[in-house]
Amino acid sequence: MQISQLIKTIMLRMIKFFSILIMVIVLSFTLVSFSPVDPIQSYLGAEMMVVSETQKEQIAEYYGLHEPKLKQFFKWFSTFVQGDFGVSLLYRQDVLTVIKERFSPSFWLMSFSWTLSGVVGYVLGAIAGMNEGKMVDRVIKTYSFILASTPAFWIGILFLIIFSVWLGLFPIGLGAPVGMLKADVTWFDRLKHIVLPALTLSVVGGANIILHTRQKMIETLNSEFIRFARAKGEYGFTLFWRHGFRNTLLPAVSVHFATFGELFGGAVLVEQVFSYPGLGQALVQAGLHNDVPLLLGIVVFSTAFVFIGNLMADILYTVIDRRIKPGETV
Amino acid sequence: MMKEKRIVEKVKQSKTQPKSNRSIVVLKLVGLLSVFLAIIISGFVIGTDHIEANMSAKNLSPSLMHPFGTDWLGRDMFMRTLKGLNVSFQVGLLAAAASAVIAFLLAVFASLNKWFDHLVTMMIDLFLSVPHLVTLMLISFVLGGGLKGVVIGIALTHWPTLTRVIRAEIMQLKTAEYVHISRKLGKKRSWIVKRHYLPHVLPQLFVGFILLFPHAILHESAITFLGFGLSPEQPAIGIILAESMKYLTAGKWWLAFFPGLSLIFLVALFDAVGNNLRKFFNPN
Amino acid sequence: MNILPDANFFQKTMPQTEKNEYLLEVEHLSMTIERYEKGLNPIRQAVIRDFHLTIRKGEIIAIVGASGSGKSLLADAILGIQPKNAVVEGVLKYNNEPLSDKKKKELRGKEIMLIPQLTNALDPLMKVEKQVKSFLKIKNKRKLEEIFFQVGLDKKAMKQLPANLSGGMVRRVFAAMALASDAKLIIADEPTNGLDEEAANDMLRLLKMLAEQEKGIIFITHDIEAALKIADKIAVFYAGETVEIVARKHFIRGGAHLRHPYTKALWYALPQNGFQPFYPFQPSTTENSRGCQFVEHCPKAKTVCKERHPDLKTIHGGDKVRCFYA
Ligand SMILES: Nc1ncnc2c1ncn2[C@@H]1O[C@H](COP(=O)(O)OP(=O)(O)OP(=O)(O)O)[C@@H](O)[C@H]1O
Ligand code: SF4
Ligand SMILES: [Mg+2]
Repeated sequence: MQISQLIKTIMLRMIKFFSILIMVIVLSFTLVSFSPVDPIQSYLGAEMMVVSETQKEQIAEYYGLHEPKLKQFFKWFSTFVQGDFGVSLLYRQDVLTVIKERFSPSFWLMSFSWTLSGVVGYVLGAIAGMNEGKMVDRVIKTYSFILASTPAFWIGILFLIIFSVWLGLFPIGLGAPVGMLKADVTWFDRLKHIVLPALTLSVVGGANIILHTRQKMIETLNSEFIRFARAKGEYGFTLFWRHGFRNTLLPAVSVHFATFGELFGGAVLVEQVFSYPGLGQALVQAGLHNDVPLLLGIVVFSTAFVFIGNLMADILYTVIDRRIKPGETV
Repeated sequence: MMKEKRIVEKVKQSKTQPKSNRSIVVLKLVGLLSVFLAIIISGFVIGTDHIEANMSAKNLSPSLMHPFGTDWLGRDMFMRTLKGLNVSFQVGLLAAAASAVIAFLLAVFASLNKWFDHLVTMMIDLFLSVPHLVTLMLISFVLGGGLKGVVIGIALTHWPTLTRVIRAEIMQLKTAEYVHISRKLGKKRSWIVKRHYLPHVLPQLFVGFILLFPHAILHESAITFLGFGLSPEQPAIGIILAESMKYLTAGKWWLAFFPGLSLIFLVALFDAVGNNLRKFFNPN
Repeated sequence: MNILPDANFFQKTMPQTEKNEYLLEVEHLSMTIERYEKGLNPIRQAVIRDFHLTIRKGEIIAIVGASGSGKSLLADAILGIQPKNAVVEGVLKYNNEPLSDKKKKELRGKEIMLIPQLTNALDPLMKVEKQVKSFLKIKNKRKLEEIFFQVGLDKKAMKQLPANLSGGMVRRVFAAMALASDAKLIIADEPTNGLDEEAANDMLRLLKMLAEQEKGIIFITHDIEAALKIADKIAVFYAGETVEIVARKHFIRGGAHLRHPYTKALWYALPQNGFQPFYPFQPSTTENSRGCQFVEHCPKAKTVCKERHPDLKTIHGGDKVRCFYA
C-alpha cells in the first residue's frame, strides 16, 4: 500500500518535472535567440578576422541561421530531445561529453560539502534548538544569520588567504597540480585540491540546515509527546536520542535535499574562486564566451539536478507524513 | 511546624517590568537605519576624485590614513568600498523594487480565479526549478551583461517566494470572517480592497521588499564577481573582489577582506531591518 | 499576590495526628506564564493561584474545572514539567519531604506518574510496545502481557505506530503504562475524554483499583458525574484556584452542602438537578488582579469581593471554601 503511494508520488513528480523541463528549454531557447550575440562570431571566435564572407555565409547556411526562428527552434528542439545537445563551441566537443567530464569533479565537490554541511548543520541546529534562548543558541543563531549574509566566494577568498597563502597548507587552485599528466595525479593530490573548495561550500550551505533543524527541534520539544516523555522521567541525552533525534532527522534531511539549487550555485562560485575545473567553471566560461549550446545544456542539466534534490525531499516528506498520519493505509 | 521553611521553586523574577519589546524593536530599527543612511549618503558624497589613482601610495596595507589600505593604483580602498556599497544599494533597490512589484501583481492576478492561480503557481515552480544563479547568468548573458542585465536578471529571479507569501495572505483574507461580513453588508469591492486587503498586504509587501534586498545585493555581487554583471569600470564590490584575486598570492589580503566584510555588514543590516519590521507588523 | 501564609495556617490544615499520612501536600502553589500577544508586550498571566491540595494513600481526589482553567498546567507544576516561560512558586511535599525541582525530576515516572490528557502524547515514530517498555523496570514479559490484557489491548495493537491506534486505544496504552509503573501517585488528566460510556467506566474502575492498591490518584476532569463515581473528595477549580474542596458524601447531597456560588452553579447544571446551563467564561487574569476571581459572575457579590481576595477557609466536616459569604 505504502509503496504504491510512493510510486504514485514519484510518477506525478516526474510528469511535472518533464513539463517544467520543456518549459525551461523553450524559455531558455527563446531568451538566447533574442540575445545580441552573433552566433557566427561566437562560433569562429578569434578566427572571425581571417574567414571570408562567403565562408561565413556557408556556416550560417549549415546551421540554418537564415531560417525563421520558429523553424530553427523546432529543428534544434527535435535534436535536443533526442539527446543531441549539439557541440560546444568553446571545447569543440559534444556538449554531453563536456558535461559528463566536468560534472564528475563537481559531483565530488558537492557530495563532500553537502554531507559535511548536513552533519555539522544538523548537530549545531539540534544543539541550538535544545538550548533555545540560551547563550549557545544565540551564538549559533547569530553565526547562521551572518553566514546567510555572506557571499560564498568571499569565504572562499578568505580561506585561500588563510590556508593557502598564510599557512601554505593547500594549493591555490586547480583540481590537480599544473602540468601533471592525468594518469599521474594521485588520490592525495586530488584530495588536497578538493579540501578547501569543499570546506568553503559546506560552510556556506550550513546556515539553512542549522536554522531549519533548530526550528524543528523547538517544535518537537514543545510537542505533547515530549511533555509526556519528560513526565515519564526521561531527560537529557536519552530524551533527545529516543524522541528528539527520531523526529527531527528526516525532516532535516528532507530540507537539506531541497537545497540542491543553492548547492549548485555555490559550487559555481567556489569553483571560480579556486579554479576548480568543474561544471560550474564550464558554465561561467560558456556564458562569458558565448558558447550557447553548452550554456543551454548546463541550464537543462542543472534543472535536472535540482529536480533530483526536490524529488528526494518529497519522497522523504511523504514517508514521514505516511507514518504520522497513515490515512487509509490501515 | 511553624518553622516550616517555604520551598520556593524558583525565585521570583525581578520586579522591574522588562522593557517593552515594541520599543526595543523601534530602537533597533532607528539605530540600524541611521547606520545604513550614513553608508549610503557617504557613497553619494564621495566623488571620483576620492578614488583617483595615486602612484605614490600604491599597495599600502591598512593604516589610519587608509583604514582599508590602498590598491595597486594607490586608490583608497575605504573610499572604493563605500562607493561599491552605494552601487550595490542602488542595484538592490531597483531590483528588489521591481521584484516586489512583480510579486504583488502576480499575487493579485492569481487571486482573480482558479486558472490564473494555477498559472502563477506553475510560473513559481518553473522559476524555482533552475538554480537562481544559473537563471541569473542566462538572463545577464542574453541582455549582454551590464547594469541592465543584472537588475532585470535579479528582478526576474527573486519574485517567487514573495509572491507565495502575498498570495497566501490574500487567500487568507478572502476567507476571513470580517471580509465576508463586509461583503454581506454590501460593501463595494473597492471598499473591501482598500479597507481590508491593503492594510494587510502592504506591510507584508514592504517587509518582503526589504528582505529581498539582501538576496539582491548578494546575487549582484556574485554575478559581477563571475564577470556577467557590472563592467570593470564600475566600482562594484563584486569587481573589487574579482580584481583582488590577482593580488592574493602577493599577500594583499586587505584588498578582499574589508570590502567583503563591508558587504556582509550591509546585507546583514538589511536582514536585521527586515526582520525587525516583520516583528513590528506581526509579533508572532 | 496573596500568598503569604497566615500564621496558623498549618495548624488548621494539618492536625498533628494526620501529618504522616499525606502522600502529597501542595500549598500556595502558583504558576505565572509570560507570553506575547499583539503589540509585542509580554503579558504575565497567573494561570494557577494559591492552590491547595492534600492527598493520602489510597485516596482519589477529583479536580473539577472548566476547560482552560489550568488543570493540565497544575499537573505540569506537580511533575515539574511546566513550560519554559512559566514560573512556579509554592510549597510542595511528597511523603512529608520537600518536593524540589530536583526531587521531582528523580520521582517522575517512578513515584509519580502522569496519564496524559492528549492522545498525541505518544511519540509518532516509535512503536507502542517500545514506548511502554522503554521506561519500565519490569522487563517480565508475562507480567506485561497481563497488563495489556487487563486494560484490553491486544498484541497486534502493540506492534503499531501510534497513528494507527484509535483515541480509545491510546488511552488504554496510557493506563497500561500507569499500571506497569510502580508509581505511588498517579495524576490522571481527563482520562475518560472521548471514551464511550463503557470504556469510560472501565477506566474509572481501573483508577479505583489503583487506589485500592494504596496509590493516591489525582483525577483531573471536567465531568462532575465521573468524579462523583469514584472520588473521595472533589476540588472545584476555577480560573487557576481551588474555590471549594468538598467530600463526595457532602457533594452528592448538594444544595446547602455546597458553599461556593460556582460549585452551586455546577451542581444545578447537572442533568438530574435541573440542567440549568451555566458556563461563565474564565477571566483572563494578569498577575496583579485583585478581588475574587468569580466576582463578575457571582449573584452574591458585594463590594468587598472586588477589593479583597478571599482565602480558602475550612468549614464544618473538613470541607474548604474560598468565599467571603459562604
Ligand atoms: N505553554 C503555555 N503557554 C502559555 N499559555 C498556556 C500554555 N499552556 C496553557 N496555557 C494557557 O493556560 C490556560 C490553562 O491551560 P490548561 O491546559 O491547563 O487548561 P485545562 O484546564 O487543562 O483545560 P482543558 O480542559 O481544555 O484541558 C489556558 O488558557 C491556556 O491557553
Ligand atoms: S467572594 Fe464574593 S464574589 Fe467571590 S464567590 Fe464569594 S460572594 Fe461571590
Ligand atoms: Mg487540560
